[in-house]
Amino acid sequence: MRSDRGQSAPLGLKIAAAGGLLFLHLPIFLIFVYAFTTEEKSFVWPPPGLTTQWFAVTWNRPDVWAALSLSVRVAAISTIVALVLGTLCAAAVSRTRFFGRETISLLVILPIALPGIITGIALRSAFSLAEIPFSFWTIVLGHATFCVVVVYNNAVARFRRTSGSMIEASMDLGADGFQTFRHVVLPNIATALLAGGMLAFALSFDEVIVTTFTAGQQQTLPIWMLEELIRPRQRPVTNVVAMVVVLVTLLPILAAYYLTRDGDQIAGSGK
Amino acid sequence: MTIAALNSNPAPAILPGSGGMRGALSDLLWRKPSLLLLLMLLPPILWLGIVYIGSLFALLLQSFFSIDEFSGLINRQFTLKTYGDLLQAANLDIILRTVTMAALVTLASAVIAFPIAYYAARYARGRWKALFYLGVMLPLWSSYLVKIYAWKLILAKEGILTWLLAKLHLLWLLDGWLSLPIVGGNSVSVSFTGTFIVFVYVWLPFMILPVQAALERVPGNLVEASSDLGASPGQTFRNVLFPLALPGIVAGSIFTFSLTLGDYIIPQIIGTSRLFIGQAVYSQQGTAGNIPLAAAFTVVPIVIMGFYLWGAKRMGAFDAL
Repeated sequence: MRSDRGQSAPLGLKIAAAGGLLFLHLPIFLIFVYAFTTEEKSFVWPPPGLTTQWFAVTWNRPDVWAALSLSVRVAAISTIVALVLGTLCAAAVSRTRFFGRETISLLVILPIALPGIITGIALRSAFSLAEIPFSFWTIVLGHATFCVVVVYNNAVARFRRTSGSMIEASMDLGADGFQTFRHVVLPNIATALLAGGMLAFALSFDEVIVTTFTAGQQQTLPIWMLEELIRPRQRPVTNVVAMVVVLVTLLPILAAYYLTRDGDQIAGSGK
Repeated sequence: MTIAALNSNPAPAILPGSGGMRGALSDLLWRKPSLLLLLMLLPPILWLGIVYIGSLFALLLQSFFSIDEFSGLINRQFTLKTYGDLLQAANLDIILRTVTMAALVTLASAVIAFPIAYYAARYARGRWKALFYLGVMLPLWSSYLVKIYAWKLILAKEGILTWLLAKLHLLWLLDGWLSLPIVGGNSVSVSFTGTFIVFVYVWLPFMILPVQAALERVPGNLVEASSDLGASPGQTFRNVLFPLALPGIVAGSIFTFSLTLGDYIIPQIIGTSRLFIGQAVYSQQGTAGNIPLAAAFTVVPIVIMGFYLWGAKRMGAFDAL
């Protein structure tokens, strides 16, 4: 029983917390305003006027579409690889105790615990030593490596909440391992995998640091944006693309949140 | 082989084995959990081991090569010469600058994160709690480049910050700050101040989450007991809350510190021409073509983070992750 229930926070704390959250959110909302500005050359604030013409201009830019398409394809393949590897790893680590278990969980986390530039340059120097030319697959190789951890984290959390006795019951009732996986394990972890997959997709879709090292001449959407930030060509188009990127990444995050939130009440969790 | 494995089991099964190839395989895996474990672990270990660890070793190996100053070719002979180059004054300067920035960013993130985390852990309930959680997760996950771009819009000379300060008649304050030697510059978007602000902004959510997790484990009656015993809010914070939140802060600092050490895009887009480690790595491997020196540079954050993680583990920060 908490005695502070209903008690309200000190005013100073409220202001500090609200201020912190505003600090986190205002800059992102500004992007939305800039996507409609009539100003072409500079970052003038407030916008002299509002227009939707830049959406049409952006729509007709083949380079934006090419970058978007590459990003989506890379993210899709990386997500699939990460789903397979992350789920296998999570199942092994959460079900049994074995020698080297800690090492495995460290191995999965390492690609995001170390700065991205290390992963990037390590892959690049390995490609050059092994004389692998840059391609679609070199990008996927890097992305899948750091996407595994997101799927792994989601799956491990769900495996821990799923009762092992359900698997035993299924086997006792005569199902073989594959049937048990298909009808008992998979339905239980499905939403966690979906959430992990969406986060992995968002992570890959947004990744820029590792990609700069593994992409060669190809442009994913973030690489395209980086180019525009360093050598701006048509600023309003960048504004529109930035807004689209925010929307494309936020939707899977929200979906993933709702999926894992409901997951707390999933069958077997309280047993 | 499958049959032999089944027969070698001394205790007779209560049920007969399942029929068919699939059934036999399923039985085998049920009886031999270690085989199942091996099959499950093999793909991820092969992938991460070859692609990731293999690459890291390739990188480490390259740092012991050197570059021929005349031909620009890489000399594949073991030498410590490249590490010697790392100790030149200009390079040490880069390392020192980056580590100082990482420390300052970590400190500022902890200060800003604490009230948010404390409010979310102790006062937010139900719908508000969910709102706070999303309020931290959305900026954490939203596009890294877009966030930097947004700050370019805010900090540029003709941007929002100047406009706001002009409205408040505080432009003299900004001009005064920008005229200072190290932190200043032509505008905030080309100064260390700008780099610092954007670093704090981008990594802040990584600090809030572990601090909130640590604070959530502090029982509310501990705070009340402290004030019942006559402690002022400040004393309660210093002697009760802060020590209990410290593992969370250290856990968060692993991210803020490590990410700042390695980043090269933020200081490139918002900052001065004086380099950070990440930028040095990028330019050494790219324009300069000196992969050994780039590799030696990346060893610096790896070593620093190695010590950092070791220290953090001793403080129990890993339980707060």
